Parts: sequence; structure tokens; C-alpha cells
Amino acid sequence: MVNIFIIFLSAVIVNNYVLVNFLGICPFIGVSKKISPAVSMGMATTFVMTLTSAVSWLINKYILEGLNLQFLQTVSFILVIASLVQLVEMFVKKISKPLYDALGIFLPLITTNCAILGVALFLVLKEYNFIESIIFGFSAGVGFTLAIVIMAGIREELELADVPEYFKGAAITMIVAGCLALAFMGFSGLI
Amino acid sequence: MNYTSLVYAVLSMGGMGLFFSILITLANKKLHVEEDPRIELISDLLPGANCGSCGYAGCANFAENLAGAKSQLSDCPVCGAEAAEKIAQILGVDVETGERKVAIVMCQGGDGVVKKKADYDGIQSCIGATFVSGGERACNYGCIGYGDCVTVCPFDAIHMNDKGIPVVDRVQCTGCGNCVEACPRNVIELHPISHHVFVLCRNEDSGKNSRAVCSAACIGCKICEKAVDGVGFTVENNLAIVDHDKYTKELVLPTEKCPTKCIIIVGEADEA
Repeated sequence: MVNIFIIFLSAVIVNNYVLVNFLGICPFIGVSKKISPAVSMGMATTFVMTLTSAVSWLINKYILEGLNLQFLQTVSFILVIASLVQLVEMFVKKISKPLYDALGIFLPLITTNCAILGVALFLVLKEYNFIESIIFGFSAGVGFTLAIVIMAGIREELELADVPEYFKGAAITMIVAGCLALAFMGFSGLI
Repeated sequence: MNYTSLVYAVLSMGGMGLFFSILITLANKKLHVEEDPRIELISDLLPGANCGSCGYAGCANFAENLAGAKSQLSDCPVCGAEAAEKIAQILGVDVETGERKVAIVMCQGGDGVVKKKADYDGIQSCIGATFVSGGERACNYGCIGYGDCVTVCPFDAIHMNDKGIPVVDRVQCTGCGNCVEACPRNVIELHPISHHVFVLCRNEDSGKNSRAVCSAACIGCKICEKAVDGVGFTVENNLAIVDHDKYTKELVLPTEKCPTKCIIIVGEADEA
């Protein structure tokens, strides 16, 4: 139990995927203009991450390790992610068309979100068991959601702030992201 | 060399691929959303480059808005004439295929023709000059001459001539209307390609005043109106207007009689 809690805390805060490992920056900048699509994006990513970690753990354990084919890890994990994203896309489109439109191109882009491949590869590297892997994937997603929602909150406020002319847009977003990352660096050494 | 691992690799990857493809196929059936079938047809015809010029998230998104009649085909600057025609068919609108439209610059007041009223060395763009008393040329109706229309043309169909007046290449022009929007003086108009006769002036001042600023201005003298007995040319607001519907090939044009030579025949046999 303690073990699981540590994995959770580690993935959400201490080794936050976006702000500490700098994975998945694309949607972090792209979909963080408003809070509500940011939350949805976070949830979609969490869902894909959790499923990916479960499926890729199974594939790694029973197919790749069983047949001594570990060199296929990257390829097969990408296959898993691509398929799952397709499923999520169909699902979101069915459930909520407005959300599908709001996420736009970033929904299929979850496929190329390196944070997700990162989760799949990390859980092999860290030799987690099945339950731990799922928790790890889920908490990585929660960490991603946390980061993107904080960012969206700041950027919503930033709309009203008096930003110097030449810092407007992407520049100030980068600076804010950097500050946020610095804040999260403060957690390092906690675990 | 160990071939078994090769076989295993191929089999396991193939198996996984097959498994996921079956899964997705099933899910696609199960989670299928009823969509306007035209959307898919249209997005197949669109360039598919997802360049974003139309202002939407991608070609598919644009196709949706097209089908919902929320946007116009001309918003896509990349789409070729052939594809545009097909899409128009799907949408049931007649895109001006029978009558291709081309832009025409309704001004001849280039350097040396129009008087200069000032030296301008501000931002070299028409819209910029508009904010500062309208650039160098004395005419308040005509071309300013910094080529905003040339800059916005996605088809390289409009160029400045040596007098600083943009000239439209009637073959290249697709009638997208970007230049019409870009021109702060509204000097550029879209006309069906079958229109050949134009009065290239927009100056609505009295004949005396317009002649004072530009030697190619329409002075509203009504000579053209009289020459054709009022069929095809009328003068309103000190400006001759061509009635394109009434103009026929047989009609003797008063181009020669026009004292400022602002009635112009544009293009003819080379275009369909």
C-alpha cells in the first residue's frame, strides 16, 4: 500500500511528467488556453495513459519477454498507443461532439504525445508489477492533468494581465511554464 | 543466425496489429456517429494539408463547416479549380464555374499619371498609408500603390506594373477575393471573366477636380453615354458605369472617344 502511494506521489508531483521530465509539452502549451478543455484533455490523456500502461505491461510480460523480443518494446508500445487513441477518439466523438471539437487536432495528437510512450517505457524500466503499472500510468495522467490545469488557470489570468508587447503570446507562456517547472523542482528529493 | 526470433517477431507484431485492427473496426461500428455523409466526401477532395489558412483546425474541420454552410469554399486558398467544382457539386451550390470571376483593378492612376501630393516614407503598405493621409498620390479614390493586394495574393496572379499600379493576370487569378479585401480604397473588383469593358476609375469628384489630380480619371463628361445612345454606358456621380448585360460585341465602343482614355478593353480571345 505504501509502495503504491509512493508511486502515485512520485508520478504526480515529484517526477511530474510535464514539469520535471519535460514530456508531453505539445498539448501542455497547445490546449492550455482555457481551463475546461484543459481538464478534458487531461482526462483523455489520463485515460489513454492508464490503459496503455495496463496493455503494454501485459504485452511486455507475456509476449515480448516470453519470446525474448524486448527489442520490439518501442514499436509495439507505439502500436498500442495508436490503437487506444483511435478508440478514445471514437469514444469522445460519440459521447460529446463539442468536446471533440474543442480538443480538435490535439486528440489524435495524443498518439504522438511522448509522455504516453514515456509511461510505457518507464514502467518496464522500473520493473513494476501489473497493479503498480496501472497506478503508475494513472498517476502520470493525473500529474499531466494537474500541470495542464494549473497552466490553463495561469493563462486565463494572463489574458487580463498587462504583459509587455513583445512578451505577448508564446513568449510569456514559455516563461510561465519555466516558472512552474522551477516550482515543481522544489519537490525533488521528497521521495 | 537465429531465425526463430525473426519468426516470433513477425508473428507477434502481426498478431498484435491484427488484434488491434479488429478491435478498432468493431469499435468503429459500435461507436459510429451519424454524420453528414458529404463531410467525408468533401474532406477527401480538399487538399488535406491541414495548413490552417481557412482558419479552421484542419481540412476535416473545414469540410464540416462547409457542409453546415458556415464557411465558404473560397476560404480555402489552396483548393484547385477542379476540386472546387466537385465540392460545389456535392454542396449543391454553383460555385461560379460557368462564370469564373477574376479581379480587376479599377484605377489607372499610376506614377506620372496621378499628381503627387506628398512624400511618404512610412510603412510601405497601403493600409499603413491610409492612416497617414493616404500616401503620396493626390487622388482620394484610386490606388495607393504599395501593393497590399500583391502581398495577399496566394496565386501570384497580381503584380505591380512599372507605374505602380497592380495588374491582374487574368489566367492565374482564381477570384478568391483576397485582394478585394486587402485594398483599403476598394479599388479592386471581382467581375465575371466574360466582362471585358471597364471604366478604370473610381473618382467621384466633379470632372474639373478629378482631372486636376489625375490625367486618366473619368471626368463624367457623358461622351461615352452619348456615343452609344445610353445603351451600355451611364454616368452617375461623375463616373461612367458599364452595363455589362447590355454590352454586346457589335456595339461600337466609345473607347477612342473617351477624352481621358479611361474606358479599357481587358483581355479578349485568350480566355474562355
